[in-house]
Amino acid sequence: MAKTVQEITDRCQVLFDDIDFTESRKWKEAEPGRKVIGYMPVYVPREIIHAAGMLPLGILGGGADMEVIHGDAYYQSYICRIPRSTIELAVTKRLDFVDGMLFPSICDVIRNLSGIWQMMFKDKYVRYFDVPQNFKDGIGGTFYANEMREFREGLERLSGRKITDEAINNSIAVFNENRRMVNEVYDFRSETPWKAPSWEVYLLMRAGMVLPVEEHTQMMQDYLDAAKAEDRPLRDNCRIVLNGSFCEQPPLNMVKSIEMAGCYVVDDDFMLVNRWLLEDVPTSGDPIANLATAFIHHSEDTAAKYEPDGEKKGRWLVQKVKDRRAEGVIFAAPSFCDPALLDRPMLAGRLKEAGVPYISFKYAENSGQMQPIREQAGTFADSIKLWSEAS
Amino acid sequence: MKTFIGIDLGSTTTKAVLMDENREILGKGITNSRSNYDVAAEVTKQEAKVGARFSLFRKQLGEDGDDIDHLLEDLERNFRLEQFLTELADLRETSSGFLDNPRFADQKKALGEALDEVFRRIGEEAIEIYAPGAERKSDFFRDIAGSRFMNIGEAVAKEASVEFDHMLNVYDKSIIDVENRIPDDSTVSRQLMAALHRAIAAVDDLHVSEKDAETALRKALDIEMEETYLVGTGYGRVRLPFPKEHIRSEILCHGLGAHVMYPETRTVLDIGGQDTKGIQVDPAGIVENFQMNDRCAAGCGRYLGYIADEMNVGLHELGPMAMKATKTTRINSTCTVFAGAELRDRLALGERREDILAGLHRAIILRAMSILSRAGGVKDQFTFTGGVAKNEAATKELRKLVQENYGDVTININPESIYTGALGGATFAHRAVMN
Amino acid sequence: MSAEAKSEVIKEPSMLKQKEMIANNYDKLTSAHELGIKTASTFVPGNLNELIMCFDMANNLPEINAIQNGMRKKSGGMIMDAERSGHSEDVCTYVKADIGMMSKGNIAPNGKPMPAPDVLLLSYTGCFTFMKWFELLREEYKCPTTMLHVPYEADGKITPNMRDYVVKQLKEEVIPTLEQASGVKFDIDRLREYLRNSAKAEDDLVWVLESAKNKPSPVDCYFGGVYYIGPIFTAFRGTEDAIEYYQLLRKEVEERIAAGKGPITPEGEMKEEKYRLVVEGPPNWTSFRDFWKMFYDEGAVVVSSSYTKVGGVYDYDGFRHDPDNPLESLADYCLGCYTNRNLPTRVDMLARYIEEYEADGLLINSIKSCNSFSAGQLMMMREVEERTGKPAAFIETDLVDPRYFSAANVKNRLESYFQMVDQKRKGGGSAAAA
Repeated sequence: MAKTVQEITDRCQVLFDDIDFTESRKWKEAEPGRKVIGYMPVYVPREIIHAAGMLPLGILGGGADMEVIHGDAYYQSYICRIPRSTIELAVTKRLDFVDGMLFPSICDVIRNLSGIWQMMFKDKYVRYFDVPQNFKDGIGGTFYANEMREFREGLERLSGRKITDEAINNSIAVFNENRRMVNEVYDFRSETPWKAPSWEVYLLMRAGMVLPVEEHTQMMQDYLDAAKAEDRPLRDNCRIVLNGSFCEQPPLNMVKSIEMAGCYVVDDDFMLVNRWLLEDVPTSGDPIANLATAFIHHSEDTAAKYEPDGEKKGRWLVQKVKDRRAEGVIFAAPSFCDPALLDRPMLAGRLKEAGVPYISFKYAENSGQMQPIREQAGTFADSIKLWSEAS
Repeated sequence: MKTFIGIDLGSTTTKAVLMDENREILGKGITNSRSNYDVAAEVTKQEAKVGARFSLFRKQLGEDGDDIDHLLEDLERNFRLEQFLTELADLRETSSGFLDNPRFADQKKALGEALDEVFRRIGEEAIEIYAPGAERKSDFFRDIAGSRFMNIGEAVAKEASVEFDHMLNVYDKSIIDVENRIPDDSTVSRQLMAALHRAIAAVDDLHVSEKDAETALRKALDIEMEETYLVGTGYGRVRLPFPKEHIRSEILCHGLGAHVMYPETRTVLDIGGQDTKGIQVDPAGIVENFQMNDRCAAGCGRYLGYIADEMNVGLHELGPMAMKATKTTRINSTCTVFAGAELRDRLALGERREDILAGLHRAIILRAMSILSRAGGVKDQFTFTGGVAKNEAATKELRKLVQENYGDVTININPESIYTGALGGATFAHRAVMN
Repeated sequence: MSAEAKSEVIKEPSMLKQKEMIANNYDKLTSAHELGIKTASTFVPGNLNELIMCFDMANNLPEINAIQNGMRKKSGGMIMDAERSGHSEDVCTYVKADIGMMSKGNIAPNGKPMPAPDVLLLSYTGCFTFMKWFELLREEYKCPTTMLHVPYEADGKITPNMRDYVVKQLKEEVIPTLEQASGVKFDIDRLREYLRNSAKAEDDLVWVLESAKNKPSPVDCYFGGVYYIGPIFTAFRGTEDAIEYYQLLRKEVEERIAAGKGPITPEGEMKEEKYRLVVEGPPNWTSFRDFWKMFYDEGAVVVSSSYTKVGGVYDYDGFRHDPDNPLESLADYCLGCYTNRNLPTRVDMLARYIEEYEADGLLINSIKSCNSFSAGQLMMMREVEERTGKPAAFIETDLVDPRYFSAANVKNRLESYFQMVDQKRKGGGSAAAA
């Protein structure tokens, strides 16, 4: 029997709440020799991990409800929260089943967390996962392909098994499929946001952090089927794009509050890893070269990525607003997030030029008060409505 | 005799400990820090000396027993009464000096009479204030006199048809002068003698004669206490008029003080008004490592003060209220500013005050746990000091979290822990001379 | 690094020389248009000064401008200006001081306005913020911007892939952009010549830094050190001036050693050397003198610091610019800058300094602005303590935001630390305690 939206969402909520990663542990225990590779935001080529027969596990901090005791001993008060709650997860042995960790080059805090991991967990595979900031095939592309080859060799050493080109190509196909489904969910929400509340979509995407990709793809298919069939009331909400939440995650309550305050989120930058590559990656030929090309030429824009062309800086956000027929942008960044907060004035400048209204606020993954956020988002929604009625 | 004194100049109270050359603690003193640290240091030092006189008196009596305990209790209580009466008389005299203000010209006489009446009535209450078993919210003259003055003054002003504001103005000026006067040794001797007579009259079945007691006290008062070495510490230590070698950091003093109290101490947590410190000491009480809260005062004693203000209750009521919680509300912000907002938010959502308070206490202790973790964790034995150590809701959370994170650890909480820093200072003073 | 602060200390010939060099460079920058000189802006870590010189360009370093403004107590207002215009209070104050300086007319320390740069050379080395900083400046100047992405030495070594990537960027991106901006053709032999000069000066710099192994140390390698690294970290590496400066400096230090003298402080010769420290992290600039005083008043000398490695590490693994492998050596230079090293390497470096310089312990000045330095310092502290058995202390300040320097707080911790070291030295033997 087909699953209901409620059933799917409930399952996602359980996965989301479970900071012991029971589901991923079960996957690992199901067959001897299985390995789990954790990764942090914003992007890693999960295809290679998948091709190694391992489970890529997205680690996004400890969430709103975990008490951080030891993590705070590693970080000063002016550093964001995700690294301290991630350390707390590790110190409290919640990541003891994880065989390796990847720290993508998103900012200096996550970069240095890789060093902390090297010192704390000397027996684990730890890799700072560097990506190019030069977007020419022969320069950045070559560098990146070689980095991925090193990574592939690292996983081969970890498992004692070769990862063949064929295996990676097969995995690429699996992830192409997953991305198509992710994009379908996003498109569906943008078309009929009342049928796909943002917090549901959020939980659905979070499930992709802990589930095997094939299962996640099926889950999204089930969700779409169920959500399309379900009748839900259309509310008089405005349409906004949410930006800045690509690393440390806001409490789920914040996502709910924004929508309850009158804003349909029609696009966001949560868990960019799910949609980082904008086009299908070819499934034949040199898979590493193909992944590199996809990264160089067809990948998402975000604050952690350099824009070589000053003219183009931030235009993608304006384009996204247009494509999604959004009426405004909400910048919601974690406190002390260098990439998001340093990028924001430039993005805001582009929006201003294009006449797109925006507001900004900060959060921490454990922010307790939603009242100010509800108020700001509500006022923003009202002002957008007034403005569109007047014009 | 040689004496060694440690003075801990805290942000709210100043403490002193006086010990002899055998490192026996003879006396302790505490006073409010006021705006003038020099005076606070002098006053508290005098208080410690008074305490020492009590100890010496007891030694001179050379007797033990319940009746002697009673006598000393009564002596102390009556000494406080004598002190209070002396200061009240001083207050009366001082206030008359402020009446010459041209502002009061037309009311001078009436005002003077009204003030006299107020002080007379406070004097009448004094016996009651210091009656056996009477509860005093504070032992500081400023606090007691102030609250009585507010109670009585308004009624007297009305009866005498003078403006209460004027009376208050005179009082406010006078109290500063009075509390900044340091009692000299002869005054203290006189007060003690007077107190002794009152006390002896009150204790039944005393097996020491009045004459013997008087002789013993006289002897105790005649012992010359040489201020052999003095060490200052605490928040205000840089403002003490001491040479540099007489000043020690409060970290070192706290470490050593905790060690003196509990020689097996390896980890010390101090939560004071302005900061939280995690200190590791070696078997000899030497500080091996320490961490303090970062420049933000989140989770210090001040945080509780802020919450008390926000809830409009007394600081010492917070703990008992939190103990009545049925669940612990999660409070995420230990930032003093945000905590107020979060508190209001939670109350608006209909959460119980008690549960929120339990959450706030947990939040503070979580911060302290982080600082301890930063300082190298909790080792056996663990000594908790500072104002927050008196708060049972806080200590309950601390015990729980220490158990969860570090297993079975002996936790020492001394009711006298407020003197830890001063005790460390006195021990340093002793070492400076005797080693 | 600062002409002003330096002018207040005892004036040795090397100091006068540096002062003159800095003044000349600011004069050159502020009159670039009249002189027909093109200017490039770049950063201290990964500063490619020799390359910039190959194109006859003047080098303007915004970090140094922020430091200058910090020491002249002007940065606070500039930062608040930037915050008012939409920059977050959470981010790097160098960036905000720079942006605030722009809004105030970009006045150089010589009182003249700084020209808009002709090219932004975004050497993305060891600091994420650099990338956003120059994206922000590019919005203002709309000038050509060339990115040199220097990969992070995450496993404590330079891989061939990293070096090739940097060299390729130099060849195919940076050099062509600089050629175009300057109109000067690149001449690799000219680069070799400058690199030869660099190596000479670097030898003397290392000698000076290592002179702190003497007891007493003739130099302070943090507060004094920021002056010693001035020329090599900024617009002078590769120049004859720099060679001369370090020769003068070396001679002076040789004399101090011979005379058994300690370091020079703003209040004259330091008297007794009581404590020898290794310091991690940049200094605070807005209260630089007060901060320094807290050390020399207590007889504390910094014998080695990581900050003096931020614009290039020359001692730890002996790197020198190499005229025989010019581009590769520029790549290795960038890759090896302190904040581009992983945490285990930084721990090793600090622990080795403590051992080799016979220091009493480690002091970490944790800087709010600088996550590249600060994130992970508490872990580093524990590791260094464990390895050396020497105690460490932790203080928190900021680079150029006066709101984040709490003198009482810092002093309290330093005093506690020094007293703790004292007590430990007495070795528990004096453990009177009951």
